[in-house]
Amino acid sequence: MESDVLGTFESALQRVDVRLERTTAANVRGILAEVLEPPAVGVPLPFDGVSLPEAVETEPTPDELEAATTGITAVEFAVADYGSVAIRSSPTGEEPVSVYADVHAAVVAASDVLPDMEAAFERLGTDARGGADTVLATGPSATADMGALVTGAHGPKAVHAVVIEDR
Amino acid sequence: MSSDSREAKATRIRHLLRTEGDAVERNTRTFNRGRYDAVAELEAYEEYRNRAREIKERAIENLPELIDEVAAAVEENGGTVYLADDAADANRYVREVVADADAETVVKSKSMTTEELEVNDALEADGIDVWETDLGEFVLQVADETPSHIVAPAIHKSREGIAELFRERFDPDERLETAEDLTMFARGFLGERIREADVGVTGANFVTADSGSIALVTSEGNARKTVTATDTQIAVAGVEKIVPTVEDLHPFVELIGKSGTGQDVTAYVSLLTPPVDAPSLDRDPVAPLSSESADERDFHLVLVDNGRTAMREDDQLRETLYCIRCSACANSCANFQSVGGHAFGGETYSGGIATGWETGVHGYDSAAEFNDLCTGCTRCVNACPVKIDIPWINNVVRDRLNRGGDDGRFEFVYDELVPDEEPGGIDLQKRLFGNYETLAKLGSATAPVSNWVGELGPVRALLERAAGVDERRSLPEFHRETLRDWFSARGPSVSRADADREVVLYPDAYTNYVDVDRGKAAVRVLEALNVHVRIPAVGESGRAPLSQGMIDTADERASRVYAALAEHVDAGRDVVVIEPSDLAMFQREYEKLLPERSFERLRDGSYEILEYVYGCLENGADPSALRRPERPVAYHAHCQQRTLGLERYTTTVFRELGADVLESDVECCGMAGSFGYKTQYYDLSMDVGDRLREQFTSPAARDRLVVASGTSCEEQLGALLERDAAHPVEVLDPARRNRTDR
Repeated sequence: MESDVLGTFESALQRVDVRLERTTAANVRGILAEVLEPPAVGVPLPFDGVSLPEAVETEPTPDELEAATTGITAVEFAVADYGSVAIRSSPTGEEPVSVYADVHAAVVAASDVLPDMEAAFERLGTDARGGADTVLATGPSATADMGALVTGAHGPKAVHAVVIEDR
Repeated sequence: MSSDSREAKATRIRHLLRTEGDAVERNTRTFNRGRYDAVAELEAYEEYRNRAREIKERAIENLPELIDEVAAAVEENGGTVYLADDAADANRYVREVVADADAETVVKSKSMTTEELEVNDALEADGIDVWETDLGEFVLQVADETPSHIVAPAIHKSREGIAELFRERFDPDERLETAEDLTMFARGFLGERIREADVGVTGANFVTADSGSIALVTSEGNARKTVTATDTQIAVAGVEKIVPTVEDLHPFVELIGKSGTGQDVTAYVSLLTPPVDAPSLDRDPVAPLSSESADERDFHLVLVDNGRTAMREDDQLRETLYCIRCSACANSCANFQSVGGHAFGGETYSGGIATGWETGVHGYDSAAEFNDLCTGCTRCVNACPVKIDIPWINNVVRDRLNRGGDDGRFEFVYDELVPDEEPGGIDLQKRLFGNYETLAKLGSATAPVSNWVGELGPVRALLERAAGVDERRSLPEFHRETLRDWFSARGPSVSRADADREVVLYPDAYTNYVDVDRGKAAVRVLEALNVHVRIPAVGESGRAPLSQGMIDTADERASRVYAALAEHVDAGRDVVVIEPSDLAMFQREYEKLLPERSFERLRDGSYEILEYVYGCLENGADPSALRRPERPVAYHAHCQQRTLGLERYTTTVFRELGADVLESDVECCGMAGSFGYKTQYYDLSMDVGDRLREQFTSPAARDRLVVASGTSCEEQLGALLERDAAHPVEVLDPARRNRTDR
């Protein structure tokens, strides 16, 4: 059943031009090291036994944030049928790190990939009533205001998703 | 409306067709095609629409309680709520918050509500630098123009025009040519403004009462930066944006992107419960972000009334408040596709639903300016994710505007001539078209003299000057022998005793007095299927007066029609209608004009003629009794027929008879009843028609038999293609001779 959800997530991500890496906790660091283009900023990952590559600046200044090519964050959950990731706007800084860098690498536990928006809104209801701020992000930022579709309007030009299958 | 003001309107429309038409057409049609594709893939589309509608109905019903609930939730979260009565009140509050924050620069993400209030002007008067960060809004700010679309405000601008504008205004070091160049330049420029800013202003697509959250639906990421980078956030939202719970957002998130731009979902849906928890960027640029700075944020929710409470209390305007501002009504509107929001808008809002918004927030004068651009084609009705009957709101406002009119110069002649229920002040042009049946009766009784007189140069010139009937249009030719006369003399050829079914053929005014051949063909087609036909004495459906905003007259016509048909309906006879716009009256608008039971009985007992033919064939009637189309067919269904989902019966019948059918996919042919006859709209009508002309003169279509279900569609196709169009029943008529000239 779970693999079905991940399959759905993968094909939805393809539709919005997002590459998905499916990996195990032990290999996350290596995958991220391959994915990232320096300079990189990030927020420490909350998964047991998973850490960020050394090259990632985890206490960026606003200047470093704006200059970053890659921003790495964990996400609260993902929505399989739309290929969305739920970025928490928490004091640790997931929101600025994910929106300012040119590329956002979003790391999610397989157990947090929800099948659809219905399930996502059940979870968002509980979270929002607890005071949480969440951004459902689907693919890169985009605009068509300048006469053709351009990605990277104000936010990232590209998004990577990394699913930790054993979490 | 005088002939001078009609000419002024025509000139303005021609100007917009020339300057903004191409960009608007390209963009709105892309959005609209995207909508068709996106909703076709959504299995639960109708279910989501129903849920969305119910949520909005309930929310507006319980609005006062929800406002209290929101206020309590936001304050519990540490924010402040201000309930503003009107624009001045809202602006005063926003200015105070900005002053308290000692701000010099304010950045904004896109918000039509702040456009409605003119917040920027209020802040700029205080010496504040205000920057729109949505790229479309930014282009307009630089160009000093107003939005022409509620979702893509600069939709009327071309890439070349924007490049020129940026060159003049910013004199950039490098030449900006591509959309990518322009976007990256704007991103860089606005990035600096966002960093400087102390206050971020956003709108809110939705506000949830249970949690005090605001939902922002965006694609660019500018709203995210506007909120994150500034310590003070002001969200400005109309009170109608409130829904009870977070879970209620689900159907709207499924619908809003698909309905608007045809995207499955927009890149970002932010559900913020402010003050937000992100670390502030509004500190030292070289010191690391600090999680403690998240605690120092300030949040103000400005809930705006500005006429909305009065709209809620108005039975006809209330539905406007269900609007989620997705722009589907604008994108699906054939007239909007041609001229865009600068013709089709009031002070702030544009497109179909703008009539409701402008009437509610700026008053009738603002809505009057563009209200007549709604032809009542109903293409927006199925496009609306919350099922708002937008054409009805337009009719109601038109009716109210009629009552406020003062142009009574022709009243003394006209009151004698026409039996309508309207006050004296109503515009002569509207009265002429609204009383079409009376004219047709008169024209038929005096035919052929009336036709000769009607075509005389001086008469046409007078008609154009006094009533704005465009000289370039051919007028209907009235028949001395009406369809009813013909049928009474001829009698039915299938007796009641031998018939499989019994039908009342509705003699609409056009078929009865003008296109009598179409009526005769309908009789013969029904009889070929072994149906006993009756044609009772029954008057016009009310479509003509309704389209001119003469609701009382339409209401009176509806009662007469029902009275004339009720016994037939009770006797189990099926009512068969040739003209789709009349069937649409029975199936949709009569709900507003007749008692519920009467409406339901007529609705359930009435059929479009090809729908009926299809039903007969399904129930065993012999298809060989009908004439087979001798050539491939190019078919244009009527707008209202498509809204009711009836066009498929015509194509299916043709195909079952072995015809190759190509169906038009344009929203509307542009003639739209009386609309195309009006001098002020002639050019627009022809521009809209161009899209159909292009399709039907393409290599795949140009040698086909042109078939159309609606009267005005037939007229317009004749003008566009210089070859006649036939009604489907004429093609199927067993008595039809081989006519390869059609």
